[in-house]
Amino acid sequence: MIPQAAELPWFAALPVALLLLGGAGLTLIGSIGLLRLRSFYERVHAPTLATSYGMGCILIASMIFFSVLQTRLVIHEVVIGAFIVLTTPVTLMLVARAALHRDRLEKNATVPPSINQPAT
Amino acid sequence: MRKLLPHPLVSAALLLLWLVLDQTLAPGPVLIGSIIALIGGWTLAQLDPGRPRLRRPGVALRLAGQVLLDVARSNLAVARAILGRPKDRRAGFIRIPLALRDPRALAVLAAILTATPGSAWVEYDGEEGCLLLHVLDLGEEEEWMRLVKDRYEQPLMEIFA
Repeated sequence: MIPQAAELPWFAALPVALLLLGGAGLTLIGSIGLLRLRSFYERVHAPTLATSYGMGCILIASMIFFSVLQTRLVIHEVVIGAFIVLTTPVTLMLVARAALHRDRLEKNATVPPSINQPAT
Repeated sequence: MRKLLPHPLVSAALLLLWLVLDQTLAPGPVLIGSIIALIGGWTLAQLDPGRPRLRRPGVALRLAGQVLLDVARSNLAVARAILGRPKDRRAGFIRIPLALRDPRALAVLAAILTATPGSAWVEYDGEEGCLLLHVLDLGEEEEWMRLVKDRYEQPLMEIFA
């Protein structure tokens, strides 16, 4: 049975709405960052807004929403959060290191030529 | 007991994960979850990552709280940096010498620094113990150095002693 959102009492609807707006807002700002930031290494930072508190707010909203509607504890969203927190750094480091490798091969002056030498 | 449960914490986490995903405590899922937890523990023992000795649970808890707070703060800072004018900030690389050597502790540090918006782990040199970090808003380099070394590296060294 799909619970009706209109049955949600106001004391739960308010935090759910605020958390959803906050999470969606952070995720949107992260996406805008992908457009606005100029260098690749700057753009790497933008999606982490969505994978940290953007995700967290939306997951907590989901937990409150379904826990109140179904009058039982719904917390399996925690698993989504754990998987995202564990996998994001792997992807991010992989992408960043690939970019660094390519920039060094092209002798791009904006990146440090090796880890022990500062950028010129 | 060592043979049956080589990694009790990992097995417990797997069982918990299975039950949370199934959202039940019925005997069937508990049985399947227990089998998965046992096999998971044995597989990890075969891979032989060594047993980490975790100490100071209090320090670990305080570190977790600190990270939650720092991530919230840097979420706002990065949101402001994205929406604001690009001239007001300077992005760049920083090199930070690390005393931390335990691979598990380094993995935790990498996850913390990457999960924090505004700082990204780019490269690590295991021989020199040198970390290359890219930050969105450089500000004072000294401050970043102190943040990583005092706030995160110090407690991690205590936990993975």
